[in-house]
Amino acid sequence: MTTTISASHAAPALGEGPPAANRWTGGPTLSGGLTAVLGAIGLALGLSVIFGQPRHLQIDWLVPLVGVRLDLDPLGGIFIAATGAVAIAVGIYAIGYSKREHWGRFPLITLPLFVAGLLLVPAAGSVTTFLLAWELMAAASLVLVLSEHQREEVRCAGLFYAVMTQLGFVAILVALVVLSTAGAGDSFATIAANSDHLSSGTRNAVFLLTVLGFGSKAGLLPLHAWLPKAHPEAPSPVSALMSAAMVNMGIYGIIRIDLQILGQGHASPQWWGLTLMIVGAASAVFGVLQASVATDLKQLLAYSTTENMGLITLALGAAALLSSAGAPTVAAIALTAALLHLLSHASFKTLGFLAAGSVLAATGLRDLDKLGGLARRMPVTTVMFGIAALGASGLPLGAGFVSEWLLLQSLIHSPHDSNTLLALAMPLSVGAVALTTGLGIAAMVKAFGVGFLARPRSAAAEAAHEAPASMLAGMSLAAVACVVFAVAPIIFAPSLQRVLAVLPTVGGDAAGPQFSTILRLPGVAGSISPGLLAVALIITVLVALGLARWGVRHRPAPAVAPLWACGADALNSRMQYTATSFAEPLQRVFDDILRPDTNVEVTHFAESQYLVEKVTYQARMVDPVEQRFYTPVVLAVTTWAQLVRRAHTGSVHLYLAYGATGLLIVLLVAR
Amino acid sequence: MSWIGKIARVGRMVEPAQDAPESAIAPPTGVTGSLQLRHVDSGSCNGCELEITGAFSPVYDAERFGARLVASPRHADGLLATGVVTHNMRQPLLNTFNAVPEPRVVIAVGDCACNGGVFSKGYGVAGTVGDVVPVDVEVPGCPPTPQQIITALRSVTGR
Repeated sequence: MTTTISASHAAPALGEGPPAANRWTGGPTLSGGLTAVLGAIGLALGLSVIFGQPRHLQIDWLVPLVGVRLDLDPLGGIFIAATGAVAIAVGIYAIGYSKREHWGRFPLITLPLFVAGLLLVPAAGSVTTFLLAWELMAAASLVLVLSEHQREEVRCAGLFYAVMTQLGFVAILVALVVLSTAGAGDSFATIAANSDHLSSGTRNAVFLLTVLGFGSKAGLLPLHAWLPKAHPEAPSPVSALMSAAMVNMGIYGIIRIDLQILGQGHASPQWWGLTLMIVGAASAVFGVLQASVATDLKQLLAYSTTENMGLITLALGAAALLSSAGAPTVAAIALTAALLHLLSHASFKTLGFLAAGSVLAATGLRDLDKLGGLARRMPVTTVMFGIAALGASGLPLGAGFVSEWLLLQSLIHSPHDSNTLLALAMPLSVGAVALTTGLGIAAMVKAFGVGFLARPRSAAAEAAHEAPASMLAGMSLAAVACVVFAVAPIIFAPSLQRVLAVLPTVGGDAAGPQFSTILRLPGVAGSISPGLLAVALIITVLVALGLARWGVRHRPAPAVAPLWACGADALNSRMQYTATSFAEPLQRVFDDILRPDTNVEVTHFAESQYLVEKVTYQARMVDPVEQRFYTPVVLAVTTWAQLVRRAHTGSVHLYLAYGATGLLIVLLVAR
Repeated sequence: MSWIGKIARVGRMVEPAQDAPESAIAPPTGVTGSLQLRHVDSGSCNGCELEITGAFSPVYDAERFGARLVASPRHADGLLATGVVTHNMRQPLLNTFNAVPEPRVVIAVGDCACNGGVFSKGYGVAGTVGDVVPVDVEVPGCPPTPQQIITALRSVTGR
């Protein structure tokens, strides 16, 4: 990736920065504050719905014919609460960030609107309301992605995002229209009540279309391509909202439509669960592979989102497959894993993007190969990113550990005595999850080690300064959530049980994992205690430190020697590992999948072929799926458009002739 | 299992050990039979390197007397320096010497390292190894034979 310059650096150069006198000085505080308040309302509302009664709200006058219908139940509630929590952290962070980056009016106004759209999607109780809220969310996020539209890459990413999100919307629209026609109703409750009468053809069509549409929003393979383009180019608070809250809506759609509404009545066919598992496993492995070779910090985090959404989809698929194979207890574990991972991913990805944003604001860099040495210059941000990276790598004391452990337990302990499908699918999924976790650790070690430790690799990284207080406050909130997920996931147990109870079709009514100090899995010999694990680890470290101190108490004072630089005078930043060199072995191992675009040019001296004047090496990581799957489609559409264009000459007479011919054909056909 | 056959066919190829030489200095670590060395080429013609390679090869097998070549001066008890010291290699030699933890030993291998040899009047030569760092053991010869090198090493390892 090339170096990118954030708006604050680029705008004055382009001469498009808003003049100081014209700038809306109170805007950042108002916009960020409003976002945080909306988030707080969402969090409170979500929690009240999870633990209280479901709420219904019908506003007939707002939309003609059908009105707006909001139905809040625990499933929607947990998504609203998660979105609200993300929005609080992002809102507080955005106050400082938008001031520092001199945001214009458009992004400032759209940020709270985006959060409103995000909160409305899980609250929608009817097809019309759902689609309206979905479009509000999609359009608002598009405006926000384009907020630094002076740069060419942003416009390109914006176009890509717009096309992909609208294509996904078309799939969802068709699926929901088919569903509401077949289910004889606009509200989800009516459709669910009538879903017994749906033919299996309709069910399958709706399932495939929704997986396509919601999968594109969740960044699942092969419709993930917008994610690594739009997330890095969007401003960081927006990236955090998109990556931690918006992609969740894709998962919400799959759970709501496919597992809850379509699952009502009779059990879903086994291939549904299997499809979700395959898509999920492919997305997880592909996402983490791309993340481990990415050199752009925000692109790495975006690919990690694809990975985590893949893991969640894999867990959902496993839950569906297990429950249709008659193992509801294990299915409940898989479903718990999916929901818990969704929540913990929201916490660590928010933190990751916010920390990446403060790096970007301080240095103007996203390229890991040019970063480094931030631990001394931005200590708080470094600690924050460290917490996020630990969460994303799925290690103990990280936010993602407990949910990934639950997922693995459900896959390992699935009963497959007589079911060949389960006996094949589950061990393969275990392999996929294990590979994902291992590569995820490599990716996060790279992001943290290369980006924040050692010495700065560029002047911009050398001149970095710590972020302002409001940005640090926003990050701290997300960090606290991460630590809670790592050490005391028991806090979320009551709400998870409430949500599981509304999903009986995927084993939600079976006894799920028993959260207490020790997390026990009923029917399966598995238990873990994240809290005790953390305490044990901390005690071990303290004891080891104490022993080391005690051991050296009689030694003479240590001698100070210069760092060993292989005989050279001093170490410099050129001798350090870069993100590219760190990932090079992985890139070599997975050469067949990653297909890096490498180019070596050797220039010889004119006098002799044996003497080399210079060697140029270029390597570019390209998304192989994008290249093979998207390029032909784009090419075909372009060719077709060129053909159609010939008919559009601009001549009014020709257009009149078209109209007349068309009318004639209609009259002939409808004779 | 062809490698077992090969071992059987080749048989014992190592040169018989000669009598232990007189000790030149005490082993720097205070332990006999363990000498970790970092090799520095400060301007050699690579003749001494070939002979050092021979000394550590299966035929002469210096490791059976406790001497080993290591990859970093941080792991070493001493230096094995070869060649005259060129202007460009003077500082790296000093840096490497300083990177070896004390107590340490410096073994100069070859005529060039000991007294400049055929290159002593060269325009790029800063001096002998002894001019830059204190030398404890000298191995004369242009180049010294593997057996001579091993004798010098054994005079330090004490085996």
